[in-house]
Amino acid sequence: MARTALQPNATPPELIRNFCIIAHIDHGKSTLADRMLQQTGVVDARQMRAQYLDRMDIERERGITIKSQAVRMPWEVDGQTYCLNMIDTPGHVDFTYEVSRSLAACEGAILLVDAAQGIEAQTLANLYLAMENDLTIIPVLNKIDLPAANPEKYAAELAGLIGVDPSEVLRVSGKTGAGVEDLLDQIVGQLPPPVGDADAPSRAMIFDSVYDNYRGVVTYVRVVDGNLNPRERISMMSTKATHELLEIGVISPEMVPSQGLGVGEVGYLITGVKDVRQSKVGDTVTNERHPASEAIGGYRDPKPMVFSGLYPIDGSDYPALRDALDKLKLNDAALVYEPETSAALGFGFRCGFLGLLHLEIVRERLEREFNLDLISTQPNVVYHVTMDDGTEVEVTNPSEFPFGKVAEVREPVVKATILAPSEFIGAIMELCQSKRGQLGGMDYLSEDRVEMRYTLPLAEIVFDFFDQLKSRTRGYASLDYQEAGEQVADLVRVDILLQGEQVDAFSSIVHKDKAYAYGVMMAGKLKDLIPRQQFEVPIQAAIGSRVIARENIRAIRKDVLAKCYGGDISRKRKLLEKQKEGKKRMKMVGRVEVPQEAFIAALSSDDSAPKDKK
Amino acid sequence: MAIMPSAPPDGDPAPADGHLPDDALATLPDRPFGVYVHVPFCSVRCGYCDFNTYTLRELGDGTMAGASIDTFAQAATAEIDQAAGVLGPTTPAVSTVFVGGGTPTMLTAEDLVTVLDRIREVWGLADGAEVTTEANPDSVTPESLATLAAGGFTRVSLGMQSAVPHVLTTLERTHDPANVARAVDAARAAGLQVSLDLIYGTPGESLADWRTSLETAIALAPDHISAYALVVEEGTKMAAAVRRGDLPLPTDDDEADKYELADEILTAAGYGWYEVSNWARRDDARCRHNIAYWAGGNWWGVGPGAHSHVGGVRWWNVRHPRAWAGRLSSGESPAQAREVLTAEQRHEERVLLGSRLAEGLPIADLDDAGRPAVAGLIADGLIDATRAVRDRSVVLTGRGRLLADTVVRRLLGWG
Repeated sequence: MARTALQPNATPPELIRNFCIIAHIDHGKSTLADRMLQQTGVVDARQMRAQYLDRMDIERERGITIKSQAVRMPWEVDGQTYCLNMIDTPGHVDFTYEVSRSLAACEGAILLVDAAQGIEAQTLANLYLAMENDLTIIPVLNKIDLPAANPEKYAAELAGLIGVDPSEVLRVSGKTGAGVEDLLDQIVGQLPPPVGDADAPSRAMIFDSVYDNYRGVVTYVRVVDGNLNPRERISMMSTKATHELLEIGVISPEMVPSQGLGVGEVGYLITGVKDVRQSKVGDTVTNERHPASEAIGGYRDPKPMVFSGLYPIDGSDYPALRDALDKLKLNDAALVYEPETSAALGFGFRCGFLGLLHLEIVRERLEREFNLDLISTQPNVVYHVTMDDGTEVEVTNPSEFPFGKVAEVREPVVKATILAPSEFIGAIMELCQSKRGQLGGMDYLSEDRVEMRYTLPLAEIVFDFFDQLKSRTRGYASLDYQEAGEQVADLVRVDILLQGEQVDAFSSIVHKDKAYAYGVMMAGKLKDLIPRQQFEVPIQAAIGSRVIARENIRAIRKDVLAKCYGGDISRKRKLLEKQKEGKKRMKMVGRVEVPQEAFIAALSSDDSAPKDKK
Repeated sequence: MAIMPSAPPDGDPAPADGHLPDDALATLPDRPFGVYVHVPFCSVRCGYCDFNTYTLRELGDGTMAGASIDTFAQAATAEIDQAAGVLGPTTPAVSTVFVGGGTPTMLTAEDLVTVLDRIREVWGLADGAEVTTEANPDSVTPESLATLAAGGFTRVSLGMQSAVPHVLTTLERTHDPANVARAVDAARAAGLQVSLDLIYGTPGESLADWRTSLETAIALAPDHISAYALVVEEGTKMAAAVRRGDLPLPTDDDEADKYELADEILTAAGYGWYEVSNWARRDDARCRHNIAYWAGGNWWGVGPGAHSHVGGVRWWNVRHPRAWAGRLSSGESPAQAREVLTAEQRHEERVLLGSRLAEGLPIADLDDAGRPAVAGLIADGLIDATRAVRDRSVVLTGRGRLLADTVVRRLLGWG
């Protein structure tokens, strides 16, 4: 049980174990982490807030961890107290780079898999990353208390993957605590201690940085060589920025200031900066006066992969949206944005995200924390266009895609890994083919589970790939992908015109073979969504000047209330006043009134557009 | 079309003694004054009807004075007395009376005359006053109509609705279509003017059905015809049937076709439209009581749930007959709530109501936001160019009458 913890900055590396937990979203990572905090005495049962490590509301609600953290826990084996640093990792494909940095801060990883479900594609991807980082892997099956658990089957699967004997796969229940003490013992026993040069110039790797309203940016680091001490001046090796170290310490489970951090230790730094961009994940921290000559490898600037226009539904919220983005940026080094004007949607921002989940999280935070009502345009990827005269155009907004004299268009592609029961191979192949995928290979993980590797255009994944994959495999398939460069593709821009006026928010870049289907789908959707007007409204989908699909919204013929006598007058006036309010939520496209709801529904990828119209 | 919400509007509390602001009372001498009497009884409730009516069964034994058929006239006269006190001595003689419902002819003709007598005693009837009662073709007789005429009624409005049996069945109207002709003849014999009410757009009604109803009505040669699109009101049996999918919701296009057919056939038969849903054979056959509603006249609504208007104040009585009668018996105002219209709301109503009339709305009555819309409405074929130029009036075209909501929004400058 609870031990006397070792003091930071005075802990020999041999007594330190740094590890992370690799797990799929709902495989119980947070519950297991909570249980470890409890059994090591870092948090007592009374303080225990379920899933202690996931701090943001959105994270807790979605059951996912966006931002990693590191907790220092004491654990005693054979009379010797050790220091365990548990580094939490983001679990989603959008954050592969962040995951790789968290892994680089560890010597070992717990591979945690639900004993009723088996390994998922994202877990597998992170497992590869861990093995590439030479981490020692401890395979663990969780939720062994569940009636549906099948530990024999999945132990064999895990053992086969990492090349151990099935009997070496540990079995725990985060919920009941069964097996957790043994797991803690195994962490001490199996994982190697960190190795570093205590006398060398200090080097520490940033694996996370978080903006805190009261403290400013809190930077999480793993010390590799030397040590960091309070009040010294530090330097960031990629940006050359220097700061004074105002506070240094460890998390256990709240921030505890210390006299410094030594080789192999994990903790936090506070320098008073306000923007996480000044404390970049992957960067190396060193002493300003005695700097290290070489940075720890692996640093990379975050690169947005998916773009979307964000517009306030109420145009007067534009300044509020700008302020909100400015605030979010402090805590999100990957978020980029610039002002953009849409003829249809007004003033807004073109925002770049790491992926779809990142987009959703940002959008949700803007709406929830800043009370904004937003429209987001269909997410798109970045295209590179070479014109006939050799000039290069980067397109982040479909309505800026150039026409004519285009020599070549390149789109980003990803390497995707799909894990699924083998009965769905056919369905998955069909889907991937329809999404322009190239099969790279296929392996059986066990008798009835298969891993399929595809190269796919990112744009296809961004559209509705994941939903379709889930629905075609009854939810069994899991997906992971990593960017894999660009490919030349036959892409065109499809515009949507209402009464001959192009609606920029609906322009989309699609493969030539799918342009027609896309045009028909959009025109049909809009026909159902836009209310009838006083005049007929033609809806056209067009590539350049060539119309590829057409629908008509017939003119409205009657809106009068036939009966309007003494008792009807107040009611009728109120109805009119309500219509006046409704007008405020209309956007004019030429002479056509389009309700906000129609934009939102047309831009959402689901097909739940209302069929019945007035 | 959509299902309409039918709750009474929200309003401000009404004073217990019913008193009105001085500036509202000050309008009394200069405007026509009417009385509406709401008789809240029906033998059965029709499936489409959301009016404030009660069947005998719904009212139970009716021991509360005024809440039953036998005692209604007594309570109504009490409200008339109360109204006289509230309005005071500057009230002009009554120029129109309209008894509606419900089914006013559930009351005896004598009771209806009793109520009219009290109106006459309290305020006096103006020369040539128009006195109308609605009537169910099944519940009038030559004798009852003669009694009404002798008592001062000048006009009867018969709820014909349709001449087609399957349409009447869907509407759950129980009257025998043949009774309509008998009632018209009897009313005319008694010296009463006759109006027929028709409904179009009933689920299952074809264009041919509607033509039959129109032609049947015209063949009876009434003085006046009203034709209303069926409105499926929230809370009615018909709305429930529509929600279940048992009845199709009438479409606006179908109603537009039927409106155009009505206007065409009625015009050809010599009936001129004078309001969106009303046609009359002669100018003097127009319903003056209703015209006063659209022209901003003052009226007192007597009866449960009845609405009133005096000088920019609108109020409405409590809806249940027992609650209404209870208030009156304790000397309290039966008003449930009221609204005092702002200048802006008065303008909205002026445009909303005035534009429904063939007389038209003077362009001078529009404000700076609305006046610029006139040219565009002419260009769109929604208002009559000649009348706009010649009379400086906004008069709806046939197409404009169907799109009156759009026209009104534009005339209010709401785009």
